[in-house]
Amino acid sequence: MATQAADQREAAVKSENPEAVVVRFAGDSGDGMQLTGGQFTLSTALAGNDLATFPDFPAEIRAPQGTLFGVSAFQINFGSTAIETAGDAPDVLVAMNPAALKVNLAALKPGGLIIADTGEFTKRNLDKAHYTANPLEDGSLAQYQLLAFDISAHTVEAVKPFGLGNKDALRCKNMWTLGLALWMFDRDRKPLQEWLKQKFAKAPDIADANIAALDAGHAYGETAELSGPLKQVHVDPVATEPGLYRTITGAEAVSLGLVAGAQLAELPMFFGGYPITPASAILHHLARLKEFGVTTFQAEDEIAAICSAIGASWAGQLGVTSSSGPGIALKTEAIGLGIMTELPLVIVNSQRGGPSTGLPTKTEQSDLYQAVYGRNGDAPMPVIAARSPADAFECAIEACRIAVEYMTPVMLLTDGYIANAAEPWKVPDPASFAAFPARFLTEKNATDVEGNAQLLPYKRDEKGARPWIKPGTPDLMHRIGGIEKDSQTGNISYDPANHQLMTDLRKQKIEGIAVPPQDIALGEGAGKLAVVGWGSTFGPIHQAVRRARRKGLEVSHIHVRHIWPMPANLGELLKGFDKVLVPEMNTGQFKTVLRDQFLVDAQPLTKTSGQPFKIAELEAAIEEALA
Amino acid sequence: MNDMTPVQTTLKDWETDQEVRWCPGCGDYAILKAVQRTLPQIGADPSKTVFISGIGCSSRFPYYMETYGFHTIHGRAPAFATGAKLANPELDVWLVTGDGDGLSIGGNHLMHVLRRNVNMQIMLFNNEIYGLTKGQFSPTSREGTRSPSTPYGSFDHPAKPAAFALGAGARFVGRGFDVSKNLPDVLKAAHAHQGAAFVEIFQNCIVYNKDVFNDFAAPKGAEDRQLWLADGEPMLFAKGTKGIALDRDALALKVVDVEGDDWQSAGVLVHDVTNRSVAHMLVELPFGPFPMALGVLYDDPAPTFEAGVAAEHDRAVEGKENNLAKLLAKGQTWTVSGTAQDPI
Repeated sequence: MATQAADQREAAVKSENPEAVVVRFAGDSGDGMQLTGGQFTLSTALAGNDLATFPDFPAEIRAPQGTLFGVSAFQINFGSTAIETAGDAPDVLVAMNPAALKVNLAALKPGGLIIADTGEFTKRNLDKAHYTANPLEDGSLAQYQLLAFDISAHTVEAVKPFGLGNKDALRCKNMWTLGLALWMFDRDRKPLQEWLKQKFAKAPDIADANIAALDAGHAYGETAELSGPLKQVHVDPVATEPGLYRTITGAEAVSLGLVAGAQLAELPMFFGGYPITPASAILHHLARLKEFGVTTFQAEDEIAAICSAIGASWAGQLGVTSSSGPGIALKTEAIGLGIMTELPLVIVNSQRGGPSTGLPTKTEQSDLYQAVYGRNGDAPMPVIAARSPADAFECAIEACRIAVEYMTPVMLLTDGYIANAAEPWKVPDPASFAAFPARFLTEKNATDVEGNAQLLPYKRDEKGARPWIKPGTPDLMHRIGGIEKDSQTGNISYDPANHQLMTDLRKQKIEGIAVPPQDIALGEGAGKLAVVGWGSTFGPIHQAVRRARRKGLEVSHIHVRHIWPMPANLGELLKGFDKVLVPEMNTGQFKTVLRDQFLVDAQPLTKTSGQPFKIAELEAAIEEALA
Repeated sequence: MNDMTPVQTTLKDWETDQEVRWCPGCGDYAILKAVQRTLPQIGADPSKTVFISGIGCSSRFPYYMETYGFHTIHGRAPAFATGAKLANPELDVWLVTGDGDGLSIGGNHLMHVLRRNVNMQIMLFNNEIYGLTKGQFSPTSREGTRSPSTPYGSFDHPAKPAAFALGAGARFVGRGFDVSKNLPDVLKAAHAHQGAAFVEIFQNCIVYNKDVFNDFAAPKGAEDRQLWLADGEPMLFAKGTKGIALDRDALALKVVDVEGDDWQSAGVLVHDVTNRSVAHMLVELPFGPFPMALGVLYDDPAPTFEAGVAAEHDRAVEGKENNLAKLLAKGQTWTVSGTAQDPI
């Protein structure tokens, strides 16, 4: 979206018909900001805008109220043109308390609108946010537009008829605020009212109170004779490819893609998982999809999660496991066994800030080395990276395909941003994907020197894959394991020549995986500068390159999905550019792989703040590279 | 084990063409033969039988069984076995582990496979030492064990495998030793049990911990030092001259003398394999003051994990259809009509 729109952001709040607007809802982690943002997202999608979101919340479930570290925020960028990032700087900041204002103010665009709940700007809350004076009153917000009024009191008043206690009444504040936001952006309240009725079906009083708060917030915008910044803004629907749409988060898209992948492979799916942020959502989604032939198993730890999945693959299902960096570290030995025994397995890594426990709820791309190189022995494994929530669906299918066709573990990289963020998704037709049915060996596949039928569990097909042999198949009993095996019989072999051969065969199999040629996301196939990205940096890179090109700069955007093995043409492609810039949310990991594989002078642009790249940061880097 | 149609086999049918690589004289040979003797007796089908192991001397076991076999990674065999069993509940799963594999690096998984009650036979070969890594003390080594890593003698308190299993929630606990002629009977009982059946098998490591179980396993004096438990039978040993009774004041077991055949008046307990309280006392019985309790110590089946998974699946899918197109379009959707527009 933010194509032209981004350039015109300055006009966003002032104009009554802007192309894109960025709104950030910020409050205490108990204020329901993620829910408010989620519902606002839905209404935005229903209004036909393109959108991208960025939920940003603390690792603590209920951090102490009013504190700076307890602030939870949800940013949404929506517009009438294609939107690819959650937006650099918000046009509108809704601050439910002083801490939310303090933490988020720096991000707000100069001249942006602040909506603040004066009811929460008490001495006590100001102290908790380390404010010595009330910023709403001391003139320190002069460069912004300020709309401060007592949302708390308005909410309490609105829900009075329902006899809620003060605490419960105040919990409706987020709906009041949402009501105001819906008015502001000319949205239909009805889907929300219905959602509330459904959510609180067992407590109609609560549903009614929330609806009353929502309506009151909306009415406030409509009727209050406010002079100044509060204006109704209409963002036109985006012109987009015709079809049926829904919003989707990366975690949902991965789950659905895995289900689709298993069906395309004509296999039941076994998912072994262990709770970890931000990967747990995949386990939660799949646990509800048993009618699609999915078994979910919450194991005792990360190791058991992957081992159970390998056990299930051995027994003939599609084994899948999922985690984040620290959990992937624990699974590493088992991944090696999957590579050694050549069984299909999909491992999803929703990356987060590291090392160690790091930043569990923040985003980073720092597990690329771990994915590509992080195992003992020569243990090659395909790695695929999703660029966006919607892209994660296709990537999950691709991971299943490679796992089944090549009898190998495959790692699918997403990250905390992709997992949690939502975007509109054109619902695909399952029939549009080519099936890749799994084949199981049912009879002996060779003949020995005496002419007898013989089973060779490691005899390879044209792809270099060994046969998949389900225990329970009559007469094909055999043994596999982590010890080096004879290249045909699979029996234990310490023979030097055999180990050399098997090491080579494992390497060749992975290198020979059919990967589509690398395309150019934007720009020409040669020129002065290629900006090469992978994963969730797609949006900001794409926008930055687009802006730079509009300024006449000779720059192209290349975004790599297949991290390992890489597309065969990628090396030549990169050599067609004078400079190669690799922005990534780590200290330069993909840059190293590119240099190693292609001997190109790839230059890093790195960021590890736990926040996605801003378009402006990348734009500046492009200009500098071409200066 | 599973309900199954018996298949006719002989011991030979269960042997592989692989050279057995344990040290000559290792107790593992006797256990291998006992298992290969047991399987024909229970009518097992080689193509539906799987042996899954971790790492260590014991874990080489699957290579010598003409069945499906998976030699996995250190300590994790229960997790692989759980996944395989859930993926195909028809499989008859045997798990082979050792004192290091099952109780040290894999203690967590052993605990969970037992409490979940996944239907399989778990054979823990206890030789009280790390053999494959050349003789370090193990979690079941007795205090004072001198080994390359404990040159002055170990001082940590040993784990008790049977007590661990029962404490973890096992519904079957059996015990035997490598060269015992009764071992197949214990394995048969374990196989007949529906659920996770735990069998501790004392195994003589002739290189690093030679004859450490001789004080009860040696043929000479075995009668006095072995208490073979049988359901419904009095707990007698030493040719019926001694028995196990309950010391009601101490709430503990005690050894009593039996006059003639009159074990009743001596208060000797009749073994009830479903009595969990007595099972707790039997697994804790210190050898020395007491004989070594062997046989089936406890056997009281409970619903299995895979049955629970299947029942949950049936409940969850009732009235739902496997329609991917509908799933993808679930939730609130909107339709865009008109022509596409390139955003640039």
